[in-house]
Amino acid sequence: MNTNSNNPHRRDDTGATVSTFPARELTLLALLAMAVAGVYLAMGAAYSTRMLVEAACYAILALGLTIQWGYAGQFNAGVMGFVALGGFAAMSFSVPVNEAFWASSLPGELGLVLIYILGAGLIVFAASRLDRLGLPRTLRTVVTVLLALVLYMVVISQFREVTERIEDQVEFVGGLGLPTWTGWIVGGLLAGVIGYFIGHVCLGLRSDYLAIATLGIAEIIKAFLKNSDWLTRGTATVSPLPWPVPGPAEVGFTLSRALYLSITAVIIAVIFLLLHRAYNAPWGRMIRAIRDNEESSAAMGKDINRRRLEIFVLGCILMGIGGAVLGSFNGIFDPQGYLPLNHTFLVLVMVILGGPGNNLGTIFGAVAVYIIWIMSEPLALYVMELAAHVGQANFDWEMPTNLESRALQARVFVIGLLITVVLRFAPKGLLPEKVKHHD
Amino acid sequence: MNILNGVDMAIEADEIGVIVGPNGAGKSTMLKAVFGLLNVTQGDILLRGEPIQNLPTNRLVELGMGFVPQEHNIFPSMTVKENLEMGAYLKPDNIKRMLARVYEFFPPLHDKRHQSAGELSGGQRQMVAMGRALMAEPKLLLLDEPTAGLSPKYVQEIFDRVKEVNAAGVGILMVEQNAKQALAIADKGFVLAAGQNRFTDTGQALLADPDVAKSFLGG
Amino acid sequence: MNEFVFFINNVLIAGSVTGSIYAIGAVGVTLVFSIMRFAHFAHADMMTFGAFMVLLLVTLFPGAGDAIGVPTAIVMLPLAMALTALLAVGIDKAFYKPLRAHGVKPIVMVIGSLGVTLMLQGLIRLFAGTGGQSLYVDDRKEIFRLALPIEGVRVPVVITEPQLYLFVLTLVAVVGLHLFLSRSRLGKAMRAMSDNPDLAKASGINTNTIVAVTWVIAGGLAAIAGTLLSMDVTFKPDLSFFLLLPIFAAAIVGGVGHPYGAVAGGFVVGFAETLAVFNWSVLLRPIRDSLPDWLDLPSNLALVGTEYKIVVPFFILVAILVWRPTGIFKGKVI
Repeated sequence: MNTNSNNPHRRDDTGATVSTFPARELTLLALLAMAVAGVYLAMGAAYSTRMLVEAACYAILALGLTIQWGYAGQFNAGVMGFVALGGFAAMSFSVPVNEAFWASSLPGELGLVLIYILGAGLIVFAASRLDRLGLPRTLRTVVTVLLALVLYMVVISQFREVTERIEDQVEFVGGLGLPTWTGWIVGGLLAGVIGYFIGHVCLGLRSDYLAIATLGIAEIIKAFLKNSDWLTRGTATVSPLPWPVPGPAEVGFTLSRALYLSITAVIIAVIFLLLHRAYNAPWGRMIRAIRDNEESSAAMGKDINRRRLEIFVLGCILMGIGGAVLGSFNGIFDPQGYLPLNHTFLVLVMVILGGPGNNLGTIFGAVAVYIIWIMSEPLALYVMELAAHVGQANFDWEMPTNLESRALQARVFVIGLLITVVLRFAPKGLLPEKVKHHD
Repeated sequence: MNILNGVDMAIEADEIGVIVGPNGAGKSTMLKAVFGLLNVTQGDILLRGEPIQNLPTNRLVELGMGFVPQEHNIFPSMTVKENLEMGAYLKPDNIKRMLARVYEFFPPLHDKRHQSAGELSGGQRQMVAMGRALMAEPKLLLLDEPTAGLSPKYVQEIFDRVKEVNAAGVGILMVEQNAKQALAIADKGFVLAAGQNRFTDTGQALLADPDVAKSFLGG
Repeated sequence: MNEFVFFINNVLIAGSVTGSIYAIGAVGVTLVFSIMRFAHFAHADMMTFGAFMVLLLVTLFPGAGDAIGVPTAIVMLPLAMALTALLAVGIDKAFYKPLRAHGVKPIVMVIGSLGVTLMLQGLIRLFAGTGGQSLYVDDRKEIFRLALPIEGVRVPVVITEPQLYLFVLTLVAVVGLHLFLSRSRLGKAMRAMSDNPDLAKASGINTNTIVAVTWVIAGGLAAIAGTLLSMDVTFKPDLSFFLLLPIFAAAIVGGVGHPYGAVAGGFVVGFAETLAVFNWSVLLRPIRDSLPDWLDLPSNLALVGTEYKIVVPFFILVAILVWRPTGIFKGKVI
């Protein structure tokens, strides 16, 4: 339970740098560096640099989640959705313009339907406020619901028609042909806006309900992106996605990836610094006050719900940016490629291992876990092939087909095991309230 | 932090013992410690001469102790009858007989036996709580502020029932805020203040003592 | 009239099937919620596990059902239920009990159950592969087509054998659970513990036993739901993930901690889904001719497309949590 009721000023809240010599941190860092070096030696520079870039993107995601979970105790089980939104924005903004689409009458029709949707939404909203005009509440609700249903059906069939026409005539709306980084920024904003609406409705819920709700939202986002062929080409995917730096075709794999890595590293550094500044600013102190002692903060008049929403949105923005950077790097937008395991639970493990609320620790956790994740694939395959050969030789087992895809499942098991083991041996140490060192 | 430090009490098997005292004196703590719900770091609790401190609760129930907590003392979604049945969980063979006995002590419970316990009034809920504890045929019943929050009519009724139960052979150790009425039915009274018992005497004697009345009995 | 049969097939029967699956799953979830007070995310994967056990057993003993004239999968079901129950108790002992002993917040238990989910998924997929497999190895799935004796009706009412078994088993499970909870000593002890764990302990109820019994019931029910769903459609290791949200929605709608509410909630969610994806313009076809010219009926009048089916339980979930968090039967918002 709480350990802090007596001395809220007891802890050393002076900021990121630790004054005493951080032996443990340096050791872990050294081990990590050795692991990275090991991968370089084993798999070559091109492969390893790619791994580092992806790990860096995940670090951004993990920072988003660590803010939500570590500072506000919000368990966001729908990280995948925000990552997908980021990737979508990156794709939409940076992919070349589809001339055929803009040359036809379709943009106009699409715009019209969008206006209808907006109008219908406003009408329903107005209807829900009818009780202000004196309408009895139940009648108002009935009217609103009926109106919503009818308007929905009308608008949705129009929408379906237009999107079908788009798919038939020009395949999909194409992109905006803008520089990649615009897509990244918009990705963050889009995730933030969606996060705002979700947070507004769901943040007041109990933690497990929030988890279920965010889990569902992520699936819905993915379903939308997957089935809106007119917007994203759906399962046909969109590729290639342009990079902000010269690509592999121009300067070779390793160099281009290294360039990408430097951009990503800069982004992480900027985020880290901003968080550090925010943490020491009045806003950050208020956040910490709320986290450490919610009741007295509320009594002092701090608007807790507003702060919580701000944290949630901030975390979502980071996830959107990370998703965009990752999406552009992967060079392809494939809605089906977004999986809860790869994009939610993996990030969760990174945060849990690195220490929720601990920014440096989270980055460390991201890189460490990602190395484990990536290397476990060849490792699992090796083990399975070995087992299959041994079985075949000694017991006359049939070599199962699709050994590769089954080996991948071993990763699922490993991540699950990691989560349960870490929880088993340090459950209380992972609760945000128990974090004794601040970053 | 120790709440109790220096308590020395004893009651006989068929007596009514009442613990009174100001708020924060440690009365409820005392009772919970006796029933094994809190840790005893020093000292002994003896039941018929045998030490029972820090034993698990179901063991204490087997040894003949019953406990009625002050709050959350019923199963609100279950019927009165089911609540009582839970009381006899460890002795399922006696249920019919014990039910009859409890209904004798608390007639209103028989009328409402199929009603959800959570829907009853405060006083009736208290009866259910006590009835549940009685179902296990305890030799000693611990009551934590049984009349807390009850209307005056029910307060007196509860005390009457307590006397009846005691007359049937069950020892009572109860913590009470309604000190005057409680001491009036007490064979032994203990005044607890700041974790120690200050006065020990029969209920009548304590009521009559001007020191006690002045310092501790207030209302 | 064909449209009416279409409605029966696609809404009444389909909704009952989905509803029954959700109901059985939701009962397990709500029981775990009521005794252990956390959302057990791994429940859906327990359903997959149960089905997987049946798959293994059916592969090992394919002819067992023929002897009695019952699908082999059904014959293997009791054993699979036992195995799943064993798994549930084992998981609790290995992973949840230590967390409970530490007194952690419910959300940490949820994360723990997520870890368990992943482990189960990984293991099952490792051994079963990722594709679909039929639970009918040596026998055939019976499909009953009931032609209605009404003139002009060319489409029969279609109901399959596993669906019938599902309905029967759902009924048996619900009645059995009711009797257990209301008549048996252990069942009442379970309700007592759900109401007031401390008082239950003080009454001498052994909480460890109750916890184990809860997991046994949850595991057994999960096995039934998973198996019958796999029999009706096909066994796929990822059938679990899409059940998670509707099952939780059902449990919350019915009021967390209320088994009967969970059953009701299951059917509410099941029917809501089928009603939402049903193409209502089919029903309006007969009157299409009598409609004025300017009113053009779109060919697809479904509320949501089938790809968006998951939106329905999600929407219900959020709506309930926002407007009536205690659910229909006023459960606990712990």
